[in-house]
Amino acid sequence: MHRVWNLVIGGSSFRAQAGGSLWLPPRASEVAGQVDWLFYFILIVSLVFFALIVVLMTLFVIRYHRPRGAESAEGAEHNTALEITWSVIPLILVASMFYLGFRTFMKIAVAPAGSYEILVNAQKWKWLFTYPNGYVSDELHVPVDEPVELMMFSQDVIHSFYVPAFRIKRDVVPGRYNKVWFRATQEGRFTIFCAEYCGTGHSDMTSSVIVHSRDDFAKWLEEASAGLAKKPPAEAGADLYRTRGCASCHTTDGRPGIGPTFKGLFGSSQPLSDGTSVVADENYVRESIMDPQAKIVAGYQPVMPTYRGRLKDLEITDIIEFLKTLKD
Amino acid sequence: MTTIDTTLPLGAEAPADESDALNYLTVRRGLMSWLLTLDHKRIGIMYLVSILSAFFLGGVFALLIRTELLTPQRTIMDADTYNQMFTLHGAVMIFLFIIPGIPAALGNFVLPIMLGAKDVAFPRLNLTSYYLYVFGAVFAVLSIATGGVDTGWTFYTPYSTTTNTSVIAMTAGAFILGFSSILTGLNFIVTIHKLRPAGMGWFTMPLLLWALYATAIIQVLATPVLGITLLLLIVERALGVGIFDPALGGDPVLYQHFFWFYSHPAVYIMILPAMGIISELISVFSRKHIFGYRFIAYSSVAIAVLGFLVWGHHMFTSGQSALANTIFSALTFSVSIPSAIKVFNWLATMYGGSIVLATPMCYALAFIFLFGIGGLSGLFLGTLATDVHLHDTYFVVAHFHYVMMGGTVIAFLGGLHYWWPKMFGRMYSELWGKIGAAVIFVGFNITFFSQFLMGSQGMPRRYYNYLPKFQAYHEWSSVGSYLMAVGFIVTAACLVHSLLRGPKAPANPWGAASLEWQCSSPPPVENFSTTPQPGDPYDFSGLVYDPRVSGYVKQEGAG
Amino acid sequence: MSAGKSSGTEGSHGDPHLAHHFDTPTQQFESGRLGMWIFLATEILLFGGLFCAYAVYRSNHPDIFIYAHRYLDVPLGALNTAILICSSLTMAWAVRCAQLGKQRGLVILLALTLVCAFGFLGVKAIEYQHKWKHGLLWGERFAPAGEPEHGESQKENAAPAPNASPSHSAAEAVADKAASLLATATKRKRPSNVHIFFGIYFLMTGLHALHVIAGMTVIGWVLARSLRGHFTGGYFTPVDLVGLYWHLVDLIWIYLFPLLYLIH
Repeated sequence: MHRVWNLVIGGSSFRAQAGGSLWLPPRASEVAGQVDWLFYFILIVSLVFFALIVVLMTLFVIRYHRPRGAESAEGAEHNTALEITWSVIPLILVASMFYLGFRTFMKIAVAPAGSYEILVNAQKWKWLFTYPNGYVSDELHVPVDEPVELMMFSQDVIHSFYVPAFRIKRDVVPGRYNKVWFRATQEGRFTIFCAEYCGTGHSDMTSSVIVHSRDDFAKWLEEASAGLAKKPPAEAGADLYRTRGCASCHTTDGRPGIGPTFKGLFGSSQPLSDGTSVVADENYVRESIMDPQAKIVAGYQPVMPTYRGRLKDLEITDIIEFLKTLKD
Repeated sequence: MTTIDTTLPLGAEAPADESDALNYLTVRRGLMSWLLTLDHKRIGIMYLVSILSAFFLGGVFALLIRTELLTPQRTIMDADTYNQMFTLHGAVMIFLFIIPGIPAALGNFVLPIMLGAKDVAFPRLNLTSYYLYVFGAVFAVLSIATGGVDTGWTFYTPYSTTTNTSVIAMTAGAFILGFSSILTGLNFIVTIHKLRPAGMGWFTMPLLLWALYATAIIQVLATPVLGITLLLLIVERALGVGIFDPALGGDPVLYQHFFWFYSHPAVYIMILPAMGIISELISVFSRKHIFGYRFIAYSSVAIAVLGFLVWGHHMFTSGQSALANTIFSALTFSVSIPSAIKVFNWLATMYGGSIVLATPMCYALAFIFLFGIGGLSGLFLGTLATDVHLHDTYFVVAHFHYVMMGGTVIAFLGGLHYWWPKMFGRMYSELWGKIGAAVIFVGFNITFFSQFLMGSQGMPRRYYNYLPKFQAYHEWSSVGSYLMAVGFIVTAACLVHSLLRGPKAPANPWGAASLEWQCSSPPPVENFSTTPQPGDPYDFSGLVYDPRVSGYVKQEGAG
Repeated sequence: MSAGKSSGTEGSHGDPHLAHHFDTPTQQFESGRLGMWIFLATEILLFGGLFCAYAVYRSNHPDIFIYAHRYLDVPLGALNTAILICSSLTMAWAVRCAQLGKQRGLVILLALTLVCAFGFLGVKAIEYQHKWKHGLLWGERFAPAGEPEHGESQKENAAPAPNASPSHSAAEAVADKAASLLATATKRKRPSNVHIFFGIYFLMTGLHALHVIAGMTVIGWVLARSLRGHFTGGYFTPVDLVGLYWHLVDLIWIYLFPLLYLIH
């Protein structure tokens, strides 16, 4: 059995595959093990079917090979039971693949609460990573064994954040936030690729994610941020709140103003004037700033002007971070 | 077209031993008799020459790409040129070669004859469709001449609306080619509905006609959406309407939905007719009735219908909702079943047959092998969790080349070798035909199997520079592509030699029972000198080999 | 499209309108009609893409559509709807005349249809010109000079509306002063990205207008042929097929009118 396994995937056991195999690179995140397991499951099913098809085909060619001009052959023209059998067996197999893929995908898609959040700014042709204290780096530093969520936006065209070792990938689209999360399980340095074609420098839009031990990460961030001029995003957001006019309509202490209060707003469900409701997440906040009339909270007038062109993307993310500090 | 003209007089020199002295090739001479022809056979031949030219052009782009990728850094061209190369390779191969490939070239030639009809329902529309193809191709070439395109063949916004290359010329070309495709599909649907002879019901049609019918439905229903999408893209670039531009409140992901609503069904425009050809070849060269006729026929229609519902699987990582991803994943798996059914039915047809390993059959066997790999590798991509890792890597590149090239191109070559004697009235060298097929098969696997491995290792597609650890895979892939080029040259030489020096072909060299083998090779102008008698297209019992004509003839008193 | 043949006379091969590859005129006529219906299906799908874009943006930004449609001129749109319905009627009548072999009626009704089509384009041109003059255009060219004048919001317009035309810079000034915000709180503000509505409006009506022009071309062609007496009670396929096409063009407008002009 081990020999067969060896032959199929070029490694000794699934556990040892963590260091990489013929098919897959070394794995370094929590979901990677499940993704790999699924990959090998599909691989084995595929190989069994492929072997079946090719062996039968070869046997038939050898057994029934005739020279040109041979008599025609007689045989069954159909067999409903047989045909239904070979429709249903693949159906069961692919249904199981779908289910397993869906289950693992939901783990990839939904970040655990309390993830460490880093902002990602993609542009032709580099990545910028902003940490909660405001420090910006062009390589991604994260602590090991801790869930990290990336909030990503693009300044120009569509990019895609891809770390093969983590088995995660997410497009970074202009005009909206896309999020991706991972929990690194190995310390070390892993490659980040841009996986969505973005022009001349597409293939050079690579970077690294550096996984530290928890202590090392804290130390690294502290040293790197020493002498940091920019304030942490949440504080910068508070400054924007005071200086750009938000404070005149939105309170932070729970009293209603011309607009809804910011206290406890982020992450809550807001009833809208059209009877529906919306969860105040990053994309909602962004939309409310850029396009205030899109969704009006019930009981308020549609009076807010747009801030399109007046707040930069990074400033909006600062405000979002500020709102997050007002959750409770 | 010039090649055809030079070969024509040679065709005419063949000793006219029977009444077929005047066939569709010899009945009229001169360039104008071709350019203004309404004969579906001549239009099919013009398409054939045109798409093979496109295939050559796309192939040259492919070889340049593979050569550039021999080293991790610059090899022969800069990054911008490389980006144009893969864009042009994709656009030319898809819009100019593979979509019109089987339906417009082979289909135009054989569909009416298989039906026992004199022509397609609308011959003038057929010629219009051909000239639209030429016109669209001119636009595509124009875009190359005016600076090229560097968007990838998918023209994703907002890159395509902001790049300074000639996107408008290329998308206008694709728009026009779309209308050519629509008119061909329309013509085929009406022809199959209205020109079937008495005695041929829906379930006694050859399976290729089912496949072409299902294809035509997709061409007619999906292509207009591509038309409007490309029109929106052109308007967006020319006038700045902002429907897809996030800076103006538009949604770039909406473009992807629109684009794939056409372009995923378009994948079935490419593969369904190929499956139809394989159904013919397997049955004819196993000299045994096709197994499970109805299952194969229905599965063509099922693929056509389900193919409209799965476009979202190109966008699992784009940020569309998890619910949408789940639905599209489930629907995607449902398409795999009809494809599996066909493969099993082909194997069952071979079981107990009298298998003759002529060149077309070798291509059919290669198809089952390569399409098997291509189809099974699709399972990794339909599964949500594994697709997240594999999306936009070389794994996807390998997957669709196994399906499109290992599937469609191999089936196209099989069909070309199968109907070649009927088209030109000449046989080719079986030995060299098989050598060509074998070299293409080996070269293909070397080229693309290594791409599976590097893709699952994490090599993203459309990369000009790459990490040194991927170099070995790229070298294998490039060497394989050169070998494949040799295979194509051998095959081309074999076929050209057959045009010039090949022995005269009998009416029915393979012992097939469908109607196109009841007329002479090449067919007369109106296809049949006597009214054909449709029967079971897979009943070979009445056909016996006659060494005097080195072909099959109908046995008296049988069938 | 190849010439067709009526179902009236059963096929003799001496028939000048019967193409060589058809067995009977009936087969040829039915082929022509089936081809035309399939072509109409592709036309619906072509517009379908735009209807989808409309649906997506309207459901995501209903405020834009509610605000912007008031710039459209409902009486002119209604007039155009009436014109097109009339032209459909004359077209259907023309087909009937062709079927019955009434030469004079056919010519007159085709000409009337053509006149209606010109009328439609004329009204459309007036509407376009008005929008062009007031900067009610797509994308970055959107630079409206004033508030909407037409539409069902007349009560609102009648209400006192201070500073009736807030330009972009004015809106910005307001943003920084909470007091000004309060003053304008009762007034309906322009949502951002209103230009999207006009982008969709021009795309849909523009593509439709191109189809009207194509329809006029083919109507002109059958009119010329009928003037030369090409059609008889036994052969009128081109008139029939052009009629089908023209009805589709009308039908699309009948959907466009309420979707663009009559939003609530």
